[in-house]
Amino acid sequence: MEALIARLRERFPTAIQDVITFRGETTVVVPREALVEVCTYLRDEEGFNMLADLCAVDYLPRTPRFAVNYHLLSLDHRQRLRVKVFVEEEDPAVPTVTGVWPGANWHEREAFDLMGIRFEGHPDPRRILLPAEWEGHPLRKEIPVVVEEIAYSFNKARIYAEKPFARE
Amino acid sequence: MAEAEHATQLTELTWQQLRTLVSERALTGETMLLNMGPQHPSTHGVLRLLLELDGETVVNVAPDIGFLHTGIEKSCEHRTYQKVIPLTDRIDYLSPLSNNLAYCLAVERLMDVEAPPRAQYIRVILAELTRLASHLVWLATSALDLAAMSVFLYCFREREQILDIFELCSGQRMMTSFFRVGGLWRDVPEEFEEAVRAFLDYLPRRLDEYEEMLTENPLWKDRTIGIGVITQEQAIQWGVTGPSLRATGIAWDLRKAMPYSSYDHFDFEVPVGSNGDVYDRYRVRLAEMRQSLRIIRQALDNLPGGPVRTPDRKVTPPPKEELAYSMESLIHHFKLWTEGFKPPEGEVYQAVESPRGEFGVYISSDGSGKPRRVHFRAPSFVHLQALPLMAKGGLVADLVAIIGSIDIVLGEADR
Repeated sequence: MEALIARLRERFPTAIQDVITFRGETTVVVPREALVEVCTYLRDEEGFNMLADLCAVDYLPRTPRFAVNYHLLSLDHRQRLRVKVFVEEEDPAVPTVTGVWPGANWHEREAFDLMGIRFEGHPDPRRILLPAEWEGHPLRKEIPVVVEEIAYSFNKARIYAEKPFARE
Repeated sequence: MAEAEHATQLTELTWQQLRTLVSERALTGETMLLNMGPQHPSTHGVLRLLLELDGETVVNVAPDIGFLHTGIEKSCEHRTYQKVIPLTDRIDYLSPLSNNLAYCLAVERLMDVEAPPRAQYIRVILAELTRLASHLVWLATSALDLAAMSVFLYCFREREQILDIFELCSGQRMMTSFFRVGGLWRDVPEEFEEAVRAFLDYLPRRLDEYEEMLTENPLWKDRTIGIGVITQEQAIQWGVTGPSLRATGIAWDLRKAMPYSSYDHFDFEVPVGSNGDVYDRYRVRLAEMRQSLRIIRQALDNLPGGPVRTPDRKVTPPPKEELAYSMESLIHHFKLWTEGFKPPEGEVYQAVESPRGEFGVYISSDGSGKPRRVHFRAPSFVHLQALPLMAKGGLVADLVAIIGSIDIVLGEADR
């Protein structure tokens, strides 16, 4: 794994922003501009032939707020690698990797559907789990799980002030 | 008025969407559009397929999922780590213990604790029993789809026995939630070994019976050989794992390739197919069931003694009797139940070989008692995506066989 990281740093001297090792798992942080290039290199030269999983994380209140994780798997070398891209709240967009692994298609649709990350160049950018007319992206931290708490009061003005969702 | 406007917008939207899903030939009426599901017996749950047909040949398939979306990943963010376990049962409701295992291993890695050997062996036994139960349901339903009614009845009869064993251990037949972070909820009862051994002696004869009924059956072979073929390259590109990948000839099994929960202690083979069609997937799964029996027998023979929960007090509550005299233990117990344990900040991804393929759990921790983000990598979700690949160019009747053979659970695909 160290040799792999060394090769990556040599090949992409500016694109590897950070390398994190935690509990035996390696994460490589790259900027979104270099994502497709790094992924293509990892697939072709390092044997990461399968994209096992892709998911988006909301790091609120940190900035940059969102991250997209790509969990790569190499069947030949029996190892995993996580590639991570951070994106800002104002422009949550990353380029699509469907050109590298076609199987990324639905994973990216899911990340868009639930977290609102735009995947630029995606061939089929529709919602996947929620209905097409749904508004918002429910996995974002500002969306509460329980919309309405139990109110021990009949003072409507106070309830509305404290719980704007109760009105609906 | 506004309502009517909304309705036109909606139809406009669906019309635009439709154009991206089907070919130009469908718009001129040359090919036919057919809705399959969401209430259709052979879609194994609430799955809707939009089919574009040229006569009886499938030109295109557009799966439409999400009918069972319950927001499990969102719910996880509002529970302490230990309390997420019951939710994981409900993702893939045919193999609850595999999901428990993946989640518990992920949190254990996050907390840097390990389950004691006895717990690991019992986990293996129960996970393999789960695989048997899940494969029995798969065999039952996919055979039923191809009109083999008696197999359906027999398989469910066998599955009942496995569910009885689950009930013996956990008190629940399906949503067992038996595993805990750091081990098991409790040790298995004395009758457990006897019950499992009786089942181990019983099932091989039944498997022979199914093979007699299906493997060389000309009707079965007609319906399955050469149907729904996926090549090795396609399977890897599209992330297909589990029996569907092994049916193409790649011996990739996480239990062998990246062993977890002491799977490396057991001697078993990874059955592979060669053609990647429905028939090979059937052969691979049946061979896998016999290997599972082997693993269970070895685990039972070598079952170590000792505790079933790690002594590490970070995740394990103090024993009940200690609460009577130790104030610190009482407080610790209370804290574990109200706040839960707090793993360090970081992220882990743990995958296990579930009956359907690679079931992965990603946890991102922010250092508090609740996870920042939990994501489940569901094999059914990935395999459904590859369905059009297998079904294009075949007949509608073959599509039914293909859906049965990739063994999807919609609860898992939609989460």
